[in-house]
Amino acid sequence: MDTTTKPAVEFRNVNYSADELHILKNITGTFPEGKITTLVGPSGAGKSTLFKLCNGLRSPQSGDILIKNKSINDYDPVELRRNVGIALQSATMIKGSVLENLELPLALQSKSIDHDFAEELLHDVGLQGDFLHRNAKDLSGGQRQKLSIARTLVNRPKILLLDEITSSLDRVSQHDIEELIEKINEKYGTTMIWITHNLKQALDIGHYTWVMMNGEVIETGESSILHSPKNERVQQFVKGELE
Amino acid sequence: MSYLTLSITLVFVLIPLVLSKTLNLGLEKDTIIATVRSIIQLLAVGYVLQYVFDAEHFIFITLMILLMIGAATQNARRKGASIKGITWKLIVTFIFIEVLTQGILLGLNITPPTAQYIIPISGMVIGNSMVLGILFLNRFTSEIETHQDETELILSLGGTPKQAIHNQLIASIKASTIPTIESQKTIGLVQLPGMMSGQIIAGADPVQAVQFQLLILFLLLTTAVVTSIMLGFLSYPTLFNERMQFLKLKDGES
Ligand SMILES: Nc1ncnc2c1ncn2[C@@H]1O[C@H](COP(=O)(O)OP(=O)(O)OP(=O)(O)O)[C@@H](O)[C@H]1O
Ligand SMILES: [Mg+2]
Repeated sequence: MDTTTKPAVEFRNVNYSADELHILKNITGTFPEGKITTLVGPSGAGKSTLFKLCNGLRSPQSGDILIKNKSINDYDPVELRRNVGIALQSATMIKGSVLENLELPLALQSKSIDHDFAEELLHDVGLQGDFLHRNAKDLSGGQRQKLSIARTLVNRPKILLLDEITSSLDRVSQHDIEELIEKINEKYGTTMIWITHNLKQALDIGHYTWVMMNGEVIETGESSILHSPKNERVQQFVKGELE
Repeated sequence: MSYLTLSITLVFVLIPLVLSKTLNLGLEKDTIIATVRSIIQLLAVGYVLQYVFDAEHFIFITLMILLMIGAATQNARRKGASIKGITWKLIVTFIFIEVLTQGILLGLNITPPTAQYIIPISGMVIGNSMVLGILFLNRFTSEIETHQDETELILSLGGTPKQAIHNQLIASIKASTIPTIESQKTIGLVQLPGMMSGQIIAGADPVQAVQFQLLILFLLLTTAVVTSIMLGFLSYPTLFNERMQFLKLKDGES
């Protein structure tokens, strides 16, 4: 794809299997630094699994993943995970208050969160400050997604992996989160990889896109390729999603 | 008690058998197996103990204890089959508990170093340690399964394996030791402990029997807490690899 920007994440012939299931098949490609790349494809394509590989939660059986031109295996796992933030698809919360969840990335380093910073983060994702002392397990699905995004921002990661973070949100909230992500991308130059089922979203905010199916990367390029994909299966997928 | 009187006590086995038969409870087979097994096992133990007590030899005492540890391991390992190397972790735990408790008892001259004391006390300590091990492993494996997402979340944010499993570990240690602590709060009020009752029936001075029972209770507190903590700290590292990745539990029978 684009040769003028450096890759933030690069896959080289990556294969990953679990329980005898070949989940990722010979993945090769790059995610350009400082850009927003969307990752689209049908359910079960292997998108979330690819994220777990980028963040070091899983390791490939073969091939290599380079983060900022350095093999992922040469990073200390803790350092890697602080720099490559992930908002998991499940938007999991630990037991406790919203504040405890927001503070978690710092608590793991025996630090506490500045109260103003916490309120600012909540405000950014569209949650009121008085949420801080509510029980996180009582939040709605959409509110949990917002909190999960805010929590991922606490470590100020250089690379941000967002796994369907707007799937439970209404149109307005969805739009707010899109703006927030674009703002962070511009302000901090954060590399974003965004899994979405919403192709309109991919076209609107993604600079680049990867289309995955059945554990393979089928097409990559600028987001506009979604308008006229070359591959027949991708054409069908896009047609189904956009109508 | 003579063997004649003992055989009359089989009445207490007949009662459940008859009841099971009339009410179609289907308990006959298990009742008979349980009765036969308890007769054979306890008589065998009785004769072995008599021999060991008479011989009063260090080797026999050690052999008896190793036998107990082997049997306890065999029983408990099935509950932890999904944890790698659980057999060795159990053996190490039981040996540690045994050495710790006997070390204190004998070292501080609390009990005399004779087979008559060492063997029954070891039996109680290892037996309880086994029960605690089973309670702990049961709880720990289910905590791990139900909180996989939280574990992975903490890892994904740059937490260490210990941080990622901390809550589940503490919850399991607490849940498995609480029954031991709770049951000691009401002891003597609801029921007399079996060992103490036995001693009193056999003609011992009740106060002396109580003193011994207290010793055992305190021992079991240590046993409970140390067993759970030790098994927990030996087990959790095997749930992760050196890249700090969470490994799925093996499919073990549980
Ligand atoms: N730990 C695992 N063990 C076995 N199979 C797994 C495991 N994790 C994922 N899979 C399988 O890998 C495939 C890809 O899963 P993945 O979650 O990456 O898909 P996805 O593209 O994110 O789908 P969705 O859009 O539904 O979130 C699925 O078939 C899934 O069942
Ligand atoms: Mg997914």
